[in-house]
Amino acid sequence: MSVLVYIENTDGQLKKSAFEVATYGKDIATQLNTEAIALSIGDISTDELSKLGAYGISKVYHVTNDDLKTFVNQAYASIVAAAAKQENASVVVLSNTFSGKGLAPRLATKLEAGIVSGAISLPTINGNTFEVQKTAFSNKAIATVVVDSAVKVITINPNSYTVKEVGGSAAVENFTAPVQSSDFSTVVKDIVRATDKISLPEAEIVVSAGRGMKGPENWAMIEELAEVLGAATACSKPVSDAGWRPHSEHVGQTGIVVSPNLYIAIGISGAIQHLAGVSSSKTIVVINKDPEAPFFKVADYGIVGDAFTIVPKLIEALKAHKGN
Amino acid sequence: MKILVCISNVPDTTSKITFTNNNSEFNTAGVQYIINPYDEIALARAIELTDAGTSGTVTVITVGDASTEATIRKALAIGANDAVRVDALPSDAWFVANQIAAYAKKNNFDLILTGRESIDYNGAQVGAMVAELLGLPSVSIAKGLAIEGNQARIEREIEGGKEVVSATLPLVVGTAEGVAEPKIPNMRGIMAARTKPLSVVQPIAVQPLTKINNYSTPPARGKVKLVDENSINELVNLLHSEAKVI
Repeated sequence: MSVLVYIENTDGQLKKSAFEVATYGKDIATQLNTEAIALSIGDISTDELSKLGAYGISKVYHVTNDDLKTFVNQAYASIVAAAAKQENASVVVLSNTFSGKGLAPRLATKLEAGIVSGAISLPTINGNTFEVQKTAFSNKAIATVVVDSAVKVITINPNSYTVKEVGGSAAVENFTAPVQSSDFSTVVKDIVRATDKISLPEAEIVVSAGRGMKGPENWAMIEELAEVLGAATACSKPVSDAGWRPHSEHVGQTGIVVSPNLYIAIGISGAIQHLAGVSSSKTIVVINKDPEAPFFKVADYGIVGDAFTIVPKLIEALKAHKGN
Repeated sequence: MKILVCISNVPDTTSKITFTNNNSEFNTAGVQYIINPYDEIALARAIELTDAGTSGTVTVITVGDASTEATIRKALAIGANDAVRVDALPSDAWFVANQIAAYAKKNNFDLILTGRESIDYNGAQVGAMVAELLGLPSVSIAKGLAIEGNQARIEREIEGGKEVVSATLPLVVGTAEGVAEPKIPNMRGIMAARTKPLSVVQPIAVQPLTKINNYSTPPARGKVKLVDENSINELVNLLHSEAKVI
């Protein structure tokens, strides 16, 4: 028996979400009195993969070839399923990223495994039965899911599990990929990534703005605030619908759901659909000139006032804070 | 082109979410149901791709009891040609995916669309499961979908950008914002929907693999701490010393 952790990489680098799933997998393995083994697909160095040892991973399998350099969910699912079978894994852990969402259900189907996506805490384990909590109804509820299939697949949201270094080292071994040509049913033609920007779903701090900013020409101060904080920028639905900002920045029920450590909402009233996308943020700051804005009801800190005077002052105060 | 659009019947986005029977069941009392918003995007794109049903057909499928028929009729009013209801409660994604795959297997669709996820259980599982069960390619979070001949070009969301993916039909795609604008039914559509075919089929025997046994409400936040707009430093101090987030 073992716990298998699927590790994503971006351009050969392990991101925080990789260490999150490693930690989560190791914590389950400890409960099951077994080991956590990782699997990574695509181009990444042995040195980079061996970093996983410090998070409790005992062994890392690596598989790559020219066909596997880009994400193909069918082929990746075949490989992860083969590794799970070889290692007799009773649990497979993945990150609930965009790729994870394409991969995990295919994997679960191959393994006939019960799947919980977006788990928010460690399972409660009773023999073969796992109880796993996940958010439901767009963050308005927490559901406890019972899984008792022989193999379980669990995905965790980025930023929802605390990374723990436990020391230790991991051997990196090659894994032979049992894929067929029919597995390569989708072909990646192009990848467009804004490398200078922080990825919104994984950002630890998000600066988000709404219609209160009055127009796209006023976003310079939002971007400056984000830069000072090392934050990703986001916006409300009316703003992306109006074309002031790209859809990829729209946070909310029908946009991207985020759970950063700090979410700063500027000039956003807090419609229920927007709150569904942000309410699992650890700390929420709201800046709005309307003291009755519903967003204040779910905020930790608030400033009632005009964003156009407050944001520049906040930028100055943060710069001074960083300087200290 | 034959398109199957998988529809989930979900509580309206503004519904108050409460639970009953010792917090083991969702309380449906007084809840208005709608087509899952992401599925509406899928439906709108399907209608566009078939030139409003003239160069192909759009079939909607849902797994649910008779109470879901109002939602199905809305999909027909928006422009689907016909509808199928698998007469069973949608117990989990595995159960639903197997029902849809069983129907799709018999009916050879060129394209199967789902929303990227449903707004009730947020699993984002059914589409990719259907694809795996049918041995078809799939793309889970599409921001754009174009079809030319038997080739699809999909823009897929990735962290911090997008990926352009090509695939040969038949194919399963989970649609997100950007693929199409949801369509509002007009009076003619609403009238036509009453007579469009809605067939009810019996479920195949499948055991669900997961079950929800309890719901709870996320812990409430404390009352908001208001900071005066002239003491911004106080906010910075609170974020640093109290919330420990900067």
